[in-house]
Formats: sequence, structure tokens, C-alpha cells
Amino acid sequence: MQTTSALPKRNAWRTLVALFRDEEARSGYLFVLPSFVFFLIFTLVPVLASFYLAFFRWNPLDPFTAATFIGADNFTELITKPDFIRTMWNTFVFVVVSVGIMICGALGTALALNQGIRAESLLRGLYYSPVVTSLVATAVIWLWIFDPQFGVVNALMELVGLPNDLRWASDPVLAMPTVIITFVWREVGYFTVIYLAGLQGIPSELKEAARIDGANAVTTFRYVVIPLLMPTTLFVLVLGILRATQNSFAVIYIMTGGGPVNATNVMVFYMYQNAFEFFRMGFASAVSLFIFILIFSLSLLQFKLIGARTEYL
Amino acid sequence: MAQTQVIEAVAPDPALTIRSKRTQSWRRVGRFILYAALIMGILFVTIPYLWMLSASLKQEREIYEPGLNFLPNSLYLQNYIDIVQDYQIIRWLFNSFLIGFIVIISNMTFTVLAGYAFARLRWPARDFLFYVYLGAMMIPIQVRLIPSFIIIKELGWVNTYQGIASLQLVEFFGVFLIRQFMLNMPRELEDAARIDGCGWFRVLWQIIIPNSKPALAALAIFTFTASWNNFLWPLVVINQEHYMTIQVGLASMKGEIIPWGLLMAGTMISAVPLFIVYIILQKLFTQGIVMSGIKG
Repeated sequence: MQTTSALPKRNAWRTLVALFRDEEARSGYLFVLPSFVFFLIFTLVPVLASFYLAFFRWNPLDPFTAATFIGADNFTELITKPDFIRTMWNTFVFVVVSVGIMICGALGTALALNQGIRAESLLRGLYYSPVVTSLVATAVIWLWIFDPQFGVVNALMELVGLPNDLRWASDPVLAMPTVIITFVWREVGYFTVIYLAGLQGIPSELKEAARIDGANAVTTFRYVVIPLLMPTTLFVLVLGILRATQNSFAVIYIMTGGGPVNATNVMVFYMYQNAFEFFRMGFASAVSLFIFILIFSLSLLQFKLIGARTEYL
Repeated sequence: MAQTQVIEAVAPDPALTIRSKRTQSWRRVGRFILYAALIMGILFVTIPYLWMLSASLKQEREIYEPGLNFLPNSLYLQNYIDIVQDYQIIRWLFNSFLIGFIVIISNMTFTVLAGYAFARLRWPARDFLFYVYLGAMMIPIQVRLIPSFIIIKELGWVNTYQGIASLQLVEFFGVFLIRQFMLNMPRELEDAARIDGCGWFRVLWQIIIPNSKPALAALAIFTFTASWNNFLWPLVVINQEHYMTIQVGLASMKGEIIPWGLLMAGTMISAVPLFIVYIILQKLFTQGIVMSGIKG
């Protein structure tokens, strides 16, 4: 009895000593230690705390009531609240429309840039330049462009005889297209570069073979280029959804503040709003868990795609 | 049958040459459309910048004139002078650079060390921990936001540089990037040094790092631009103007009712520094993307 219980203990101790003696293992742990401490403090603990907080009602500004455990109330409120359902729908619309436009725009631009044109690297550099502009700056610039009174869009509309009094970012119907255009302008260059890398990874012999077999440009594109770009497209699709879900925050914060009347409120903004404007920390934590599940599963999916992607990049 | 083939080879079918001429002119039309489309695209990309520049150089009454006037009447630089004098924009730029610098240094140290340990060293639980880091990479900032803010608040770091920088000290994506790069190096690289009795840190410093320059450059650019463009976290931990980053400062300016000319001058000032870095290091930016595609 005694020996059996003492044995694994001594073994564990011996393993520890061996580990300490083993220079390679010691160095490995030592090198990983700083990032692991960071992981504990600023990733693991916060994530667990968010899960915990999601079951509480807590307003940090109210010193008289401590956080109260309310079970799953935050979640039932979430799924029954029209606000949140609206927010989910808005997120869906924002993501699907902007990613759709980005994929078409990026693929088109990449194809055009890949035709052996002059000054290709200069043009590519210009197309990529909005990505270097911060989302905040982008949103401010486009807010000016879409300004109802003095903006260039309404001035152009007047020039061609269209209504010139549209209120764009503050119009309940037009606000969503406005933030989508702004977002796409900034992001499309990013995906153009990825598509360009994908296109340049297609062996030219394949296109040549298709041409010898009598395929014209359109059929080559349809039956050679598109299938070979499939991994890139999948990758762009998932990455686009990830970026559109998360990066929409700055654009919406600056341009619409989620309004008018929640017309552009997306999940990431809704979470921020509840946490730092309404100080409903528990409720906001519950929202953040939805975002967490969405982003985490998409990232996992994307990670599975990497293997396919590297073949062509 | 064989004869006709020979004849064809000698004297080409006249119909064929016409067709090739026709395809040539079609190709010319195609080229024209191609360039036209590219130029349209370039206009879509660049006009917002030009519009911002032009507004920043306009006097207030010029901005409020009706109709389209692209070019300002004169080079009016007062907006730039005013924005620098009335707002702490230079301070914000300095803050952003300082934090970016801290974030680069920290990532270049801790992320590289971890990536190296994952790629080149063998130790128990290594692969398990690597999967944990991969998982950490996929966690969105939102789910870390509230508790991290509470931690920073408890530390008394609200409205401090360490408050902003702390959440960006280690980018798990960077660990992944560095590891992938270092995995592909031949083992013989360090074997000789190991036989000579070099410690693992010396191997990293003298052999691995000099051979990892592309990955290190990608890491530096990725972490700096991520920090420079970061908005949500600084927005949450900073409310004093003095400690704002350029993004938060710009957003706070937009919140006030200020003339568009001034705001555009501020936006110009906020965008130019990273643009200069981009123009100098253009190739590295777009190369890094291929490696860093996984995380925006």
C-alpha cells in the first residue's frame, strides 16, 4: 500500500529533477515563460472572467450594489431582446455584403493587375494604400465625403441631376450602405494582394495547356483559373468574415455610433456600448461570448484552410 | 490528307490571318478596357485622399461654398497650424510612436523567444502549449476587454502608457509566425554550435536570429501597424487627452463640432507617418501579408 502510493510521487519528483537537469527543457520553459505569464494575465484569466461575469448583473459605477448572480438571465434577455436580434442581423448584412463586394473587387483588381501591365508594382502599391490608413482616419474621411451639406457625393449627385439632399450616414436606410462602402474602400486592397499572390502561384503551363486545347480567355478563366483559386477564395472568404466582424467597430463608432436607431449597430459595437456607455458589464460579457464563439470557430476553420492555401501562395 | 497539311503549312489559310488580325484588334480593345478599369479603380482609391488634402487646405468659407471645387483657391496652411496649436495632436503622434516602439521591442523579445522554443527545442508539454497559444490567437479582443480593463484599473494603469501597451506586449500570432519560419531552417545550422558547447540562447542570438530577418521584419511591421491602428483598447483605457493615441485623439476631435478643414488637416497628420513608413518599406508590407494572412 505504502509503496504503491510512494512510487508515482518519487517518479514525478525524479522527472522534475531530470527536467531541471536537462538543459534543453530548462531553456525551453525559460524562453516560453514571459509569454506564458502574459497569456495567463491578459488572456486566460480575462476569458474565464468573462464567462463568469456573463452570469452576473454588475454596474461598476454603482458602489451600493455589488455584482449579483442572476443565472442565465443575461442570455435570456439577449435572445429575446429585439435590439440584439437587430444587431445580429446587422452584423450578418454588414459581413455578407462587404465580403461579397470585397471578393469580387479584389479578384477583379488582381486579375487586371496580373495581365502583365505597365507600372504594376506602382498600381499595386496604390491599391494597397488604404489598408495602411487607419480605420478611424478612413471613417473620418468618408464621413466628410458623405457629408449631407458639403460632401462630394451629394455634390456629384446634384451634378448628374439626382437628389442631392441624402443624409447618408444619418439616414436609417442609407447608413448601412455608407459604412459598407467605407469599409470596403479600406479593406479591398488587402484581399487584392492575397489574390494576386494566388494568381501568381498558378503555373503558367496550365494556362498554356488550356490554350493549346483550344480554350479561349473566358473558358480558361472559368475552368482553370477559378478552380485553382479555390483555396485562395476560401481563405479570403473566412479572413474577410473575420475582419468584417471585428474591424467594423471603428468605422461604426466614428460614422454612425450604431445609429440611426440601431440601423448600423453590429455585435462588436453593441458589446462596447453596453459595457462602456451603459455600464452593463455582465450583459456585455454575455454579448462578448457570442462574438467569442463566432470568431473562434471561424478562426479554427481558417486554420484548417491554411494547409490548402500555402500550396498556391 | 497528308498533302493538304503540308500545303497549309507553306501557305497559311487567308481566313486564319484575318481572324488573327481580328483577335489582335480585339486584344487592343481589351487592353483599353483593362487600363480604363484600372484607372477607375485607382481614382476610387485615391480621390478620397485628394479630397481630404484639398479640404485641409481650404478656408472655412471655401469649404461651405456650394458645388464642386476640387482645388483650393490658395495654399491655406492655417488649418494645420491651428490643429497643432489647439489640439495635442503632436503629443498623440508621440504617444502612438512610443507605444508602437514598446510593443515592437516586447514582441521582438518575448514572441521570438517563445517561437524559438516551440520551433527548435524539445521539452515536455511543448506541443500541448503550442496548441494553447494557437487557441489564444483565435480569441477576439471583445471577450478579453472587460476583465482586462478591470485588471488595468486595479493596477492603477488607466490613462498610462503601460495601460495601453500591456495588452499588446505579446501577439500570439507572432509566436506562430516566428515558429513556422524557424521550423523550416535546417537542423545542421545549430548542431555545430551545440557540439561546441553553445547554450541555447547563444544559438538563438548568433545563428537563428541572423537567419530569420524576413520573419523578424514581418513581425515588426505586423506588431507596429497593429498597435498604431489599434482603437478599441486605447479607447477604453484612456480618457485624458494627454495620453491618447492618435486614433483615439482623432476620434475625440470628430466628436466635437469642428470645421471640416481642421478635421481633415488632423486626419492628414494622423495618416502621414504610417504612410511614409509604408512608402519606404512597401515590399515588406505586402510580403508580410502573405505570411500574416491569418490575422488582420
